[in-house]
Amino acid sequence: MTRRERRALETERYRDWKGGYRSYDLVKEASIALGVVLALCVVLTILFSSPDEKPSTVQSWARTDPVDFVTTATTELDGSSATGGYGPPYNHASSGQHMGFIHLQKWLGVSHPVDTAKDFVLAPLQSITGQPTLQAAVTTYESAPAKQQTAWTSAYEKGLNKASANPNGSVSVPGSRYGPLPAMMSGLLSFAQAGGLDGALLTSKQFYQTDYTKPLLFMADGGVLADRAKAEHLVGNQWGMMNETGSYPGQVWLWLYTFWYQIKPFSTSANADILVITVMGVLSLALVLIPFIPGVRDIPRWIPLYRLIWRDHYRALAG
Amino acid sequence: MKRTAARRSVAPVAAVFYLNHHSQYVHWHFFQMSVSNILVILAMFVVFLAAIFIPFPSHGVSGDSS
Amino acid sequence: MSVVEDRSWTGRLRLRAVGSLPPEKLLPDKQPTYVSSWIYVFGVLSLSCLAVIIGSGTILALKGPGWWHFTGVGHFFNSIHLWSVELFFFFMVVHLWGKYWMAAWRGGRARVWITGAFTFLVAIPCALTGYVSQQNFDAQWISTQAKDAMNSAGIGAFFNLLNFGQMYSYHVLLLPAAVVAIVVAHVLLVRKHGVVPPFELRELAAKAKEPAAATQSAEQETRA
Repeated sequence: MTRRERRALETERYRDWKGGYRSYDLVKEASIALGVVLALCVVLTILFSSPDEKPSTVQSWARTDPVDFVTTATTELDGSSATGGYGPPYNHASSGQHMGFIHLQKWLGVSHPVDTAKDFVLAPLQSITGQPTLQAAVTTYESAPAKQQTAWTSAYEKGLNKASANPNGSVSVPGSRYGPLPAMMSGLLSFAQAGGLDGALLTSKQFYQTDYTKPLLFMADGGVLADRAKAEHLVGNQWGMMNETGSYPGQVWLWLYTFWYQIKPFSTSANADILVITVMGVLSLALVLIPFIPGVRDIPRWIPLYRLIWRDHYRALAG
Repeated sequence: MKRTAARRSVAPVAAVFYLNHHSQYVHWHFFQMSVSNILVILAMFVVFLAAIFIPFPSHGVSGDSS
Repeated sequence: MSVVEDRSWTGRLRLRAVGSLPPEKLLPDKQPTYVSSWIYVFGVLSLSCLAVIIGSGTILALKGPGWWHFTGVGHFFNSIHLWSVELFFFFMVVHLWGKYWMAAWRGGRARVWITGAFTFLVAIPCALTGYVSQQNFDAQWISTQAKDAMNSAGIGAFFNLLNFGQMYSYHVLLLPAAVVAIVVAHVLLVRKHGVVPPFELRELAAKAKEPAAATQSAEQETRA
């Protein structure tokens, strides 16, 4: 008998149960299960409630860490921020992650265009009325050649390493030769601290908005979210994908997704995300196809845990 | 002046046990997991083994097969 | 079977449906005697969790996404929703472990396993869209981190975790509909094929043949 014939025979053997039955109330069992689950959920809710940490805003960021805000804004202006150099789907600054010759990120294109200089700095500044000095600074910057703009932003970024926040919320940057940058960044900082930048980033396309791409990318480029996340153990190398804020249990089912990021080659690869997604894609397919994978489908037969599960049945047969 | 950027802003909740404080973590080489998550995983193993080992109440057999 | 039933789509569909799942199979009042372990309750427990998730989610949807941040009742239902999700994954994984060690795909039941595995896999992005719809710091962090994984695979081009409106739509309608559809298929397949019978033990199969052999030799002696 070939292996195929043996498998077919086995399939037929286990297809239908020809043995005894007992009476059983399906609807009653389901009702009891529902009651048990509902009770468990109510008990857990009363005991532990659920977490709800208030979101950060561009305003709160600009007020609590103005130096980080101005530093981030400057990198957005010269495109050296994480978003500025991201690539698709935001811009063409890089081709993004790839796996060998497969460049899915690049192939799917720039579908959510973000011009960091214009969207995060210049357009919000240009929307501020009644400040001719500020508008003159913006015009000076925009009309300068690209080389001059880079010289200003690079010098300003160096100066920001020694910057300090003043009691009134402004930022002092030692040094000079920053061109219109100090005026522009001071204007943007005041706008953000007053709450205007949150709104400007959100409603830039139309009145009704539900797309938080721009304010979130802007904040993620700075330290405001990362600092909070690190304190809550939510960062990648803290196995953060599995964790929840506070002491709540998190997303335990993501253990294998986050595991790969902790070990080489994933932990040191610039293409870590696509590599992990591919590995998890393959393993997920394997999970679905277990009935067809030789070896894996035979483990339950080799390690007979089933003898415990069906011990009543085997005892009845032996008796 | 940089105020604490990691200042946590938590809405007040009514709960018997307050879980909005920093969790304890278990560290071992590159492995890091919160105590809460470890307890959940352990509970899964315990429940699975209990389900297999704990005897199921026996029922009468109807004797007929369909 | 009438001529009309034979020709009409409705008639043919009804015949096929009732043929696969007659009422006594759809809602049986008998179960095989080998169903005698607590491991068998984890399927219905997972289903119950799904019912509570959808119920609490419906209440949250009725009042809109901002409600639970500002009222005690809203926070209560959010907590029910969170804990029912945690229990759903808990019970579903224990159910998966049980079914694996029973090799529950035997006897032509591969599709039961496949639909079950898909339920687990589709529930994960459903939960992810929920986490990024919370409109709190957790949502901000998860969305800005997970976007890198989505973007690396090109998925971010049409599935933007930072777009609250899109994520809320996926979470409240599209992905729960997908989970429910797969779960319905899974449960109907279980009803159709029945719960997998136990492995046959060689020693018991051999013992079962012995009385037949003993009876045969006794008959031969009597004739002699």
